[in-house]
Amino acid sequence: MSLVFLIFIPILAALFIPLLFKRLGQIHTGWFVLLVPAALFFYYATRLPSVMEGGTYVSEFSWIPSLDIAFVAYLDGLSLLFTLLITGIGALVVLYSIFYLDKHREQLHNFYVYLLIFMSAMLGVVQSDHLITLYLFWELTSISSFLLIAYWYTRDRSRFGALKSMMITVFGGLMMLGGFVLLSIMGGTYSIRELIAQAPELAQHDFFIWALVLVLLGAFTKSAQFPFYIWLPDAMEAPTPVSAYLHSATMVKAGIYLVARLTPVFALSEVWMWLVAGVGLFTMVWASFFALKQKDLKGILAFSTVSQLGLIMSLLGVGAAAYHVEGAADTYLKYAAFAAIFHLINHATFKGSLFMIAGIVDHETGTRDIRKLGGLMSLMPISFTVALIGSLSMAGLPPFNGFLSKEMFLTAMLSLQEFNMFSMDVWWVLFPIIAWIGSVFTFIYSLYFVFHTFAGKHQPEQLPKQAHEAPVGMLISPVFLAALVVLIFFIPNLIGDWLVKPAVAAIQPFLYDSPQNVDIHVSAWHGFNTELFMTLGIFAIGGLMFWTLRKWQHLYDLYPDSISLNRLYDEMMLLSDGGANRFSRIYMTGFIRSYLVYMFSFMTFIVLLTLFLNEAFQIDFSNLAPIGVYEIVILLALVGATLTILGSKSRLTAIIALGAVGYSVALLFVIFRAPDLALTQLVIETISVALFLLAFYHLPQISRKEERMKFRFGNALVALGVGVTMTLVALSAHSQKAMPSISEFYKETVYKEAGGGNIVNVILVDYRGFDTLFEIAVLGIAGIGIITMIRLRLTKKEGQHENK
Amino acid sequence: MRTNDVMLQTATKVVTFIILMFAVHIFFAGHYTPGGGFVGGLLTASAIVLLMLAFDIPTIKKILPINYVVLTAVGLLIAIATASASIFFDVPFFTHAYDYFDLPLFGETSLHSALLFDIGVYLVVVGVTMTIIQTIGEDE
Repeated sequence: MSLVFLIFIPILAALFIPLLFKRLGQIHTGWFVLLVPAALFFYYATRLPSVMEGGTYVSEFSWIPSLDIAFVAYLDGLSLLFTLLITGIGALVVLYSIFYLDKHREQLHNFYVYLLIFMSAMLGVVQSDHLITLYLFWELTSISSFLLIAYWYTRDRSRFGALKSMMITVFGGLMMLGGFVLLSIMGGTYSIRELIAQAPELAQHDFFIWALVLVLLGAFTKSAQFPFYIWLPDAMEAPTPVSAYLHSATMVKAGIYLVARLTPVFALSEVWMWLVAGVGLFTMVWASFFALKQKDLKGILAFSTVSQLGLIMSLLGVGAAAYHVEGAADTYLKYAAFAAIFHLINHATFKGSLFMIAGIVDHETGTRDIRKLGGLMSLMPISFTVALIGSLSMAGLPPFNGFLSKEMFLTAMLSLQEFNMFSMDVWWVLFPIIAWIGSVFTFIYSLYFVFHTFAGKHQPEQLPKQAHEAPVGMLISPVFLAALVVLIFFIPNLIGDWLVKPAVAAIQPFLYDSPQNVDIHVSAWHGFNTELFMTLGIFAIGGLMFWTLRKWQHLYDLYPDSISLNRLYDEMMLLSDGGANRFSRIYMTGFIRSYLVYMFSFMTFIVLLTLFLNEAFQIDFSNLAPIGVYEIVILLALVGATLTILGSKSRLTAIIALGAVGYSVALLFVIFRAPDLALTQLVIETISVALFLLAFYHLPQISRKEERMKFRFGNALVALGVGVTMTLVALSAHSQKAMPSISEFYKETVYKEAGGGNIVNVILVDYRGFDTLFEIAVLGIAGIGIITMIRLRLTKKEGQHENK
Repeated sequence: MRTNDVMLQTATKVVTFIILMFAVHIFFAGHYTPGGGFVGGLLTASAIVLLMLAFDIPTIKKILPINYVVLTAVGLLIAIATASASIFFDVPFFTHAYDYFDLPLFGETSLHSALLFDIGVYLVVVGVTMTIIQTIGEDE
């Protein structure tokens, strides 16, 4: 099957979910959903052997050919790796969710529909070679993430978190779109592969630096880098399977993917390298430091995810340095990109299992507050083992995969010393030091997570539920991931050959022709070198600090909440919300007459200005039809009726006079041989008089002693202006024909091509069918609007958004 | 005081059907002579309004138990479906097709996909007009 259609399989499957949930509610809907990612995983896995050899697949589906927009699925080492992560972790998460979400109490159809939409979107992001469709899928991940975070939408925090993640990631997405547009202007193509081919020329372009910064904004917001990371901790309000899937293993790695994918385009700029490496490393140390402040299990994991994403990001930045060094393939710099991808895989395994354990603890004890937890080791032995494996891997201890990639991380950071291109002799020292500090805190929070939950004293009185081990089904996924954590430690080179090297070759195509040329061998032991001593230092200092954690953890409380980034976000939201509100209030008075004044004065102004600028005032009285008696009589009636409306004391008189105006106009149409218009006008007039009579019933009585309305000069001016403008336009339009009338065209084609006789109606349904379609849509909306205004009239009900 | 509506009601019973017949005629004639879905819809609506004026809304709702919001939605769907059907024949969105057929009773008749679109317009116009009038009329 064509690869490009495989992307849409989950979204197509989503169409059947509501049906399955309704009809086969007895069977947990998750079992059906599970088939989708599992099948896709095995299908994509069959592509591995050829991709491993450096093979690529391209499949294209033209979407909007006139704008050169197409869905292009491009499968190389990097996209295949992400694809396997998305489908593989996806399958495990769905399996886990079957036991996590109760089929009777939860709205499973919503949940799985969102999840499948997300799956399609994510596959689209990592496989698209076309920048515009990449952007499309990118925003779709933001939207599905929004829906999933707000899954328990009756909770305040869920809605808040969903909105926050949406605001920040969509802001980044829009910036990224700007970057993409600049790229396409520079390169004349939307294809990433073609852009990579002309990277050296692009780097000379004036827009290059703008495109770079804009694209990075997109990547940093999505991958929760400093200072945009603040949405991720709030996104933890989502059900835990979602947190494990979107907010740790896949979606937040979209930014990493984008940086990796575009490295060949941007890496020639040193700004790229500094920004990616610097922001990444700072994020890593910042988030690992604040992870210890968290009291919520998932909060700790959220900060740890931010920190680990920063780590991978910084590695990609250092990997970009390889573009600036002669023969980088022979230096230690080559480790950076490899370490980034390797750690990405490792992180998905251990963090996925840790999230699932956090979910299990929440599910089985009823709380995620680490202060209430403790001593669960004996009650939940399997969960404890899995959590221990995951945490120690995250801390970087052998024999777990995290140890290997953490060592390589340190190697890569130290390798910067070989890099003296931008007079780095002073600055490079900072990188390994910051990395080391970050690693120490990583070590501490890893231990904090596992031991403060499972060791220590059990406090059953603090827990809402009687703690016990989770059901077997719920444990399958985390146990499987934990097994991988250990397994990868023993077969790192197999993983390296199969998954990492093809991806590295895609990130650094100028360095390596094919994955086989990536000359890296992973080993757990490589002698007494600096990395080893740094690692031992981490264990020693980290262990010591963890031992004394209780003594200094309260120092975090000294950090005032009032100057946090979250506070900044809240203030900005308040400002934009309140500011927009205040601005609207200035001119939205609630009186229709004010709005009419705005509209009419603006219309008069703009029409007169246009007429004046185009020198279109021309009045030519030749070529006029003779005026007959009927016209004069009707016009007199018209003017008379209009004056009656203005002068009448009673509303009923005014309404009847208004009807008379309408019917006179209809008569005019008859005289000018426009039967269609006349017919429509007559019916409309009838119905609107009926409507007026209805509305009339509701109007307040005019009091007998009402004063005469004051004469308002401004309003008179506007009224006069509208009249003069319309007269001038009508006269000028009649007096000059800039273009031949279109009616000749209609006359010629109406029978031959449209198969009709009545031009007016054929225009409505055929020539200008779009107009009619939109008009009836607007009509429908107006009808709904009136229903909402009248039947669902907003009474001041308190607590409409109350939490259930 | 109770007003005497006998004249109005008696006349309405006849006139309504004339208006409705006329509406149907106008609707189908639209492609060749004055008329069309929009006017046809308005005429139909005016017939129903006349009924509502002569009798009262609850009675008419019992006789014509139509949910006008649903009617509007159905009309919109028909219109959009007609417009988008063309893309399945590999021609641009909103391409109409027509041909002449020999139908029993009618003789040679031209059948036009624009008619389907016009049905959509007709339903939307009836639906929205009646929605508005009914909602305002029922409001206390």
